[in-house]
Amino acid sequence: MTDALLFKDIDEPGLCTREVYERRGGYASLRKALAMEPEAVLAELEASGLRGRGGAGFAMGKKVSFLPKGSIDKYLVCNADESEPGTFKDRELMQKSPHMLIEGIVIASFAAGANRSFIYIRGEYVHQADVLDAALAEARDAGYVGENILGSEHSLSLLLQRGAGAYICGEETALLDSLEGKRGNPRLKPPFPANQGLYQGPTLINNVETLATVPTILDMGGAQYAKLGTDTSKGTKLVSVSGHVQRPGNYEIELGVPSREIVYGLAGGPPEGREVKCWFPGGSSSPVLTKDDLDLPYDFDSMAKAGSMLGSGAIIVVDDSTPILDVALKVAKFYRHESCGKCTPCREGTNWTVKTLERIETGEATPMDLEIMASVQEHIIGNCLCVLGDAMAMPIGSLIAKFRSEFEAHIEAARAASGLAPGASTPAPALAGGLA
Amino acid sequence: MSPAEQVEAPVELRAEIERQMALYPDSRSAALPALEAAQRVYGWCSPEALEEVAGVMGVTPAYLESVATFYDMLETKPVGRHNVYVCTNISCSLCGADELFAAVRDAAGEDAEFNVRAFECLGACDIAPMASVDGVYVGPLTVEDVPRMLDDIRAGRPVLADKQLATRLVADPNANSQQFPAHPIEEPA
Repeated sequence: MTDALLFKDIDEPGLCTREVYERRGGYASLRKALAMEPEAVLAELEASGLRGRGGAGFAMGKKVSFLPKGSIDKYLVCNADESEPGTFKDRELMQKSPHMLIEGIVIASFAAGANRSFIYIRGEYVHQADVLDAALAEARDAGYVGENILGSEHSLSLLLQRGAGAYICGEETALLDSLEGKRGNPRLKPPFPANQGLYQGPTLINNVETLATVPTILDMGGAQYAKLGTDTSKGTKLVSVSGHVQRPGNYEIELGVPSREIVYGLAGGPPEGREVKCWFPGGSSSPVLTKDDLDLPYDFDSMAKAGSMLGSGAIIVVDDSTPILDVALKVAKFYRHESCGKCTPCREGTNWTVKTLERIETGEATPMDLEIMASVQEHIIGNCLCVLGDAMAMPIGSLIAKFRSEFEAHIEAARAASGLAPGASTPAPALAGGLA
Repeated sequence: MSPAEQVEAPVELRAEIERQMALYPDSRSAALPALEAAQRVYGWCSPEALEEVAGVMGVTPAYLESVATFYDMLETKPVGRHNVYVCTNISCSLCGADELFAAVRDAAGEDAEFNVRAFECLGACDIAPMASVDGVYVGPLTVEDVPRMLDDIRAGRPVLADKQLATRLVADPNANSQQFPAHPIEEPA
């Protein structure tokens, strides 16, 4: 395994201060970048092959290149609304190494020609926001942020905005609406933010980890960075491992290592005597994999090929002591609560999925409910403005597909326990809301 | 509403909102910081608070109500002044968060000082099960920690000082080791 890049000095006392960060080589990449042409910086980013670390895995350099050229107002927004269940890597970076993020933002803004930037951090991260605000003040005093940065032509304002508790604001267009002081409702795409984003201006939106990787790329050179990882998943990745593992936490891995090495080698696997039943490879929005998939390389394409996704790099492990219905219900209830309500398939689909799962629990469900529920998931996917509904439909669909026999056994057992087993008189199914 | 009936925001709140408005290219972007500031003053986004903020920002109270009702951390009903958010999402649940939430809710009882809520993923699954107490993350918690946690809050002490996330190391391989409860996840009653 390669040496840590983002976590190299992560436990260095005082790394969150400018003094220690600079002593560890901080802001040298910014000086290097400002001595280059913006196009050359962009070329390094493209050469690195860095893919977005927030969930979608889109090539970062390409995203920067989508912004129109010319001297119009352009924006850079750092998505620090880390809310995907199981994900806590950006929290660690912002708390321990805030200057690394600030340096990455300034370099990326230089490459993109953006002069106004914002960090949108979820409101729950109070401590991390305070740390970032203090680091920002230091960076402004030192001339790393503001007018004519380090005597160059490049100027950048950077403002930290705190959210107020809404998962959907991690969706980039909902985030933009929230940043504009509105309810966080996703927008219709296209137009994409690169053309029409914040205040209708061209906007580059990147995740915390993505931007925090930029100084490392400038330091190593894009081509050198691209030697890490696999052909299509370059570099290192922060992975948040949680759930039924003995050592939950954030680990920096080289993309492409066997998943087993992360779940067992780093995180210690499930407690003694228990086995992995299923695991979410990329947050609760990703289709689950089983213990048979643990030898897959952990990278974007291997996860996609296995029918799931790397997502935000949050591995949630569920061991064999847990009923699969409980997992499904937890996941579905979360998305029901967080649906913004704008699109019908998501608003109604999340609600009815929860109700159907609850029917299984109370013994009111029949095996047919499983078919209906699976078909509801299929009708959500691809039919909404954003992917929140898909983010429920994908894991729920995969749970039904991979654990169908357990669902069926649960239905029968619960029916028997409630006196609704075959042969007993079955009450009319609840058709309207309010009965469930 | 005639100008005579207009609700005036207190001077300090007005100054804070105006300071926020000046930070953005479009002053309406200050809606969230402004509502948070009002909530700090009044404890919740009361109809009067919304009118005051609206008066400073030049938007309608209804607009601000539409914003306030969207976000979990903006309270649109009066609540206790100490926020205790217990994460009950998947990773914390797998580690016993539902029992923890029930224990906190029962221990806080009718005490009007507390605003105890089951919360969606707070982004700290490494210290599951965990809670956010007035923004301070603590964990991993057991039901035995609950009385001390509430006592610390009542006494104004740092809450569970030995269990605060802010003091933990990343690279310590033992930092996150934990014992597991013997039971599977259960829904909060």
